[in-house]
Amino acid sequence: MDILQILSNTGSSLIAPATIGYALAALGLAMHFGFTGLLNMGMAAFMAIGAYGYAISILTFGFPWWGGMLVGVGGSLVFALILGIPTLRLRGDYLAIVTIAAAEVVRLLFLTTTFDKYTGSADGLSGYHESFRAFNPIPDGTYGFGPWEYNANGWWVRIFGITILALAAFILWAVMRSPWGRVIKGIREDEDAVRALGKNVFSYKLQSLMLGGVFGAMGGIIYALPASVNPGVYVTSLTFFVYTALLLGGAATIFGPIIGSVIFWGVQTLLSNLLPAMVNVGLLPFMTTTQSQTVRFILVGVALMLLVIYRPQGILGNKKELTFVK
Amino acid sequence: MNTADYRRTRRKNRRGVLVALIVALSAAFSLMAMPAMADEVNVDEYDNSIIGNVKLESVALEGVLLTISGGGYEVEVATDADGRWKVGVPDGDEFTVTLNEETLPEGIAVIDEVGDDDTPNVKEAMIGPSGSTVMNFFIGRGERNVTSFFDQFVERIVNGVNFGLMLGLAAIGISLVYGTTGLSNFAHAEMVTFGAVMALIVSVDLGWPVWIAIPLAVLLSAGFGWSLDAALWKPLRKKGVGIVQLMIVSIGLSLALRYTFQYFRGGGTEQLPGSDSPDIPLFGSVSLSQTNMISMVISIVVIVIFAWWLVKTKIGKATRAVSDNPSLAAASGIDVDQVVRVVWILAAAMAGLAGVLWAYFRPGIRWDMGAQILLLVFAAVTLGGLGTAFGALVGSIIVGVLVETSSLFIPSDLKYVGALGVLIIVLLFRPQGILGRKERIG
Repeated sequence: MDILQILSNTGSSLIAPATIGYALAALGLAMHFGFTGLLNMGMAAFMAIGAYGYAISILTFGFPWWGGMLVGVGGSLVFALILGIPTLRLRGDYLAIVTIAAAEVVRLLFLTTTFDKYTGSADGLSGYHESFRAFNPIPDGTYGFGPWEYNANGWWVRIFGITILALAAFILWAVMRSPWGRVIKGIREDEDAVRALGKNVFSYKLQSLMLGGVFGAMGGIIYALPASVNPGVYVTSLTFFVYTALLLGGAATIFGPIIGSVIFWGVQTLLSNLLPAMVNVGLLPFMTTTQSQTVRFILVGVALMLLVIYRPQGILGNKKELTFVK
Repeated sequence: MNTADYRRTRRKNRRGVLVALIVALSAAFSLMAMPAMADEVNVDEYDNSIIGNVKLESVALEGVLLTISGGGYEVEVATDADGRWKVGVPDGDEFTVTLNEETLPEGIAVIDEVGDDDTPNVKEAMIGPSGSTVMNFFIGRGERNVTSFFDQFVERIVNGVNFGLMLGLAAIGISLVYGTTGLSNFAHAEMVTFGAVMALIVSVDLGWPVWIAIPLAVLLSAGFGWSLDAALWKPLRKKGVGIVQLMIVSIGLSLALRYTFQYFRGGGTEQLPGSDSPDIPLFGSVSLSQTNMISMVISIVVIVIFAWWLVKTKIGKATRAVSDNPSLAAASGIDVDQVVRVVWILAAAMAGLAGVLWAYFRPGIRWDMGAQILLLVFAAVTLGGLGTAFGALVGSIIVGVLVETSSLFIPSDLKYVGALGVLIIVLLFRPQGILGRKERIG
């Protein structure tokens, strides 16, 4: 059992593009769920639209990388509008079911062989890196130390991702301390009271859905940036995992979603390396290595339950701030 | 032929009659819609070609029509007296070669070599570096029924009702739980899988007969529902946890249970005994397999008994009262906890039964089989009106029929999209669902 290698992999996962992607999506959910009280269970669709929008516009239409990102983000804005107009009138749990259904529709549309030419159906998409890498200002070579040693492209993706994440966190912080943000929090606490003040609640909710959706789409892009777009990623479980990361850190906080994602991926990577290694040296005689890979997903489910029951405000959250709409 | 389609039912036993039909083709190019009835088409216009030879047991078949299309190019060709054909094609693209089975002699069909290809008469051809490609079809004696659109439609509706009844068993449970406790239970999907897995363990692992295994699986599911309520949901209710929190707890439970099934049963698909029962023709071209018929009867019987229970018995009435207004029901002396317990047991038992039927309908048992239909069940429940038992049934049958018939019009890998799309559209105009009440919307 190579403890150093396991710890190194775990350390490396802390700033992996997947972690940054989750953190961005979790920030989007913080906007939707933590601050506005919208139980959006369709975050996977926003991420899929971002990633597919980016990849398709580069591969099929020959856009530059920034054009691809704009298409992905624009697609998520359109999706938020289409999703929001019929569903935002619905109550919390109803909204959850409809958004999850909408996300599944989006996933199936990307997966079907009907649009294979554009989406690659079950194979997904890859080979769209050229334009983004051509913009890499870092000279070739390997940099870093310990677990964080990457080549120029590796660093470029991570630095870009962290910059976007910081920007998103700043935007969220700025809007939530603005008058707009106070109305948003008011909607979470008591929608009718805000309506009585003459605010257009529906319009505020829609704006929140769009802003959070943009974060989600950027998360999807960063997630897909280093490798490929794989339709197997954007399943409903992805939304649940992002929720776990969000609730771990604290739903109604700015840094909670980021810390939650880092912990989520750190623990996931640790377990996915540690458990099979323990099985191989005979420390866990009752399971196979395949089974040991399943254990961590069982633990995610258990962790989600325990969190919601015993610490619904998360690590950073304030218990006084109502994190769950009634 | 636009209103007709072909449905191939091939004999399971096709020993010996398989003969390789080699279709190699260099082709014809006609920009007109007029079919070019020649054995060599557009051979002079293009360097690349696809060639073939259509034979059955070394006897050439003349006048068989093939369509070659790809990259905006489409051409039709017929075989000559030696069964040969040749089509010239432009550079690059992949081409689809379709053998028109209508032009084959009676009792002859293109045989599916792989075993899971619904359209063995359609093949993809790639032009290799040599500039020509040979296309092979396997032609043999097989039954090829030409089913009219109407017959096909009727058959899909029958299948859809069957699927809908099965969804209904799951949906009624989810709806009852919602009505009495306010919980949108995402872990209901795993209660469906639980029933199927228990039936699998008892019938395959223990080797007990199916007629014992299935009732036992339903009983075990009922026990599972009871223990979930006793160990998890009741304490949470007592703690006063909000419904959104409860819903997220159910999501966590769903993930934990789903991966627990995967932990113990692996990622593959396993079959219950009797899943390959023969089809029995009913009327016209409609046929149902034996297990599907039994499944339909079981669903109907269970639903009728349940309806009687809900409408006529004391506890059924109490359940409806709690669904309507829990506080008022409690004030009128109804033991709400007892009602909720009974609801969990019933819901889990029906979900378990639905799981067994779903295992026969799919067919096969997989760790995430429940999650595959969870959204359809939710769609059904929402369509009918969350919290109403009969609304759930109506919604289920609508969703079942929609899913089955929609694949006549849209690609079959999008058939769930139709049903989920309808859910979203219905909510636009009637957010409370078909039989629901206004207060459900926010």
